[in-house]
Amino acid sequence: MTTMRTATPLVQIEHLVKSYQRGGQVVPVLTDITLDIARGDFTALMGPSGSGKSTLLNLIAGIDKPDSGVLRVDGLDIAGMSESALASWRAANVGFIFQFYNLMPVLTAHENVELPLLLTSLSRRERRERVELTLSMVGLSDRMDHTPNELSGGQQQRVAIARAIVTDPVLIVADEPTGDLDRQSASDVLALLNQLNRELEKTIIMVTHDAHAAQQARKLVHLEKGELLHEAA
Amino acid sequence: MYLFILIARNTLRHKLRTLLTVLGLTVATISFGFLQTVVDAWYSGAEGAAATTLVTRNATSLVFPLPLSYEARIRAVDGVTGVGYANWFGGIYQDPKNFFAQFAVSGESYLNIYPDYLMPAADRAAFLRDRKGAIVGRKLADQYGFKVGDIIPIKGTIYPGTWEFVVRAIYDGAKSTTNTATMFFHWDYINEAVKRQAPRRANQVGVYVIEIRQPEDAALISNAVDAQFRNSLAETLTETEKAFQLGFVSMSEAIVVAIRVVSFVVIVIIMAVMANTMAMSARERLAEYATLKVLGFGPGFLTALIFGESLLLAAAGCVLGVILLFPLASGFARLMGTMFPVFEVAPLTVLQQVLAALVIGCVAAIAPTLRATRVNIVEGLRSIG
Repeated sequence: MTTMRTATPLVQIEHLVKSYQRGGQVVPVLTDITLDIARGDFTALMGPSGSGKSTLLNLIAGIDKPDSGVLRVDGLDIAGMSESALASWRAANVGFIFQFYNLMPVLTAHENVELPLLLTSLSRRERRERVELTLSMVGLSDRMDHTPNELSGGQQQRVAIARAIVTDPVLIVADEPTGDLDRQSASDVLALLNQLNRELEKTIIMVTHDAHAAQQARKLVHLEKGELLHEAA
Repeated sequence: MYLFILIARNTLRHKLRTLLTVLGLTVATISFGFLQTVVDAWYSGAEGAAATTLVTRNATSLVFPLPLSYEARIRAVDGVTGVGYANWFGGIYQDPKNFFAQFAVSGESYLNIYPDYLMPAADRAAFLRDRKGAIVGRKLADQYGFKVGDIIPIKGTIYPGTWEFVVRAIYDGAKSTTNTATMFFHWDYINEAVKRQAPRRANQVGVYVIEIRQPEDAALISNAVDAQFRNSLAETLTETEKAFQLGFVSMSEAIVVAIRVVSFVVIVIIMAVMANTMAMSARERLAEYATLKVLGFGPGFLTALIFGESLLLAAAGCVLGVILLFPLASGFARLMGTMFPVFEVAPLTVLQQVLAALVIGCVAAIAPTLRATRVNIVEGLRSIG
């Protein structure tokens, strides 16, 4: 068992286990993980390919379920929630940033950012105001009506970040957010994440294998072969 | 609103694919509607029959005639309000391929039973006065350019010789489904010649047409008429005109069944094409569906998204197909002339086309919807379209 504990965790993980079925065989991915992530932390999960870092991120974000163990986010046991309850919980509490942006190609930047707000009770005017504010925060006010194919990689990732924060979630998870970007765009995105963490006190958990990206985080967690190795600040 | 935007834009994402799919749907809708219209045309004689009209024929076979003397006895049956008679003439106008129906009829008593044949009173009177007079339907007149006063020579096949008839009236149908591709002339005119040429064939009637007071009495009166002639040399079979017409249809029922089957096969084929289109689109967008799930959208939203796109494609093909069917059917009817006396797209056919499109749209969306709603989010995010 590997253990890391903090005083006031936003994310509390105890003895988490996860495995997958691959062609009739059970492949263990995470082995007895215990980890706390404090509110306002910017944590990077690092490790070689197949170490289970993305799997751990998916579990924390509520898009996958552990085989066993305790997984609490903001005091809520999400491991025991139903699919529909998890979906509602994600919509309200988690902002997800993907490596390949995963924007809807037929929607404009404005419409992509507005998507999560459709699941809220905000009026059309309120949604518009929030979207415009969020896009201005990421520096894309002048690209609101552009579709993803009219934006650069860095701009698309900033739209994705705007979409992730537009609902003001308690937790932002990012899976290799700079993996598909050039150096400059990657720096811009990381700077933005840093800004969200420092100025808006957003809790961010980022999976990365890029040491330069990991430097932006305040805490590093290393995984290897499904086990937590060590922490570095 | 957002959902509709997403549906509309997703539909236009691959313009060529959408265009070809809609084109296929349009052709299938037209084909389905056209074939159903052909089947309707086959049954038009039966459908256009009045419920208060019976037909009496020789019980052995339609090719055997009935004596003229039966008329008085049929007229005397309780519930009968009118009796006429007719013989199939089957002659040739100029060329054997110029086929149209010709009947030698009992004049006014026959016309009284068919009030749907509309013509000016003066023309009708002129026909009744002239033993060589003829009435032709509007469709027939338009096809061959017949006008009132024209002399039409018909070469007899059943009744040998060349017969000349004078067009005294052109009749229109009271309903769009009334057959106006027929020629009528006087039975007396034919019978006079038959008396001279083949006396033993004279005073023979092909069928009696009977008008009754109430359609509910059809079975009773039919039995009563047939009872009159039971055990005679020419026993009769009396039935509703609809049943009589359906008897002709049943002779070519195999063709009608085949046409119906083909029309539904067309629908099944296009359903497979649509299902393939939707499956391809869903496969390409699996990551998008997974992303929507990550954002919190449930199976209901994904279902509406996929069904919406499928139904939009089906609707586009259906609307175009329905619109184009009408001019196509009109053109075909003009081309076929009197081969199909009534060739009209029925409201029921349009409804069937719409229902077919609805079924196609729904069935094509089932598999991709199941896949999208059931896909594991992590696996979905990994998929590459």
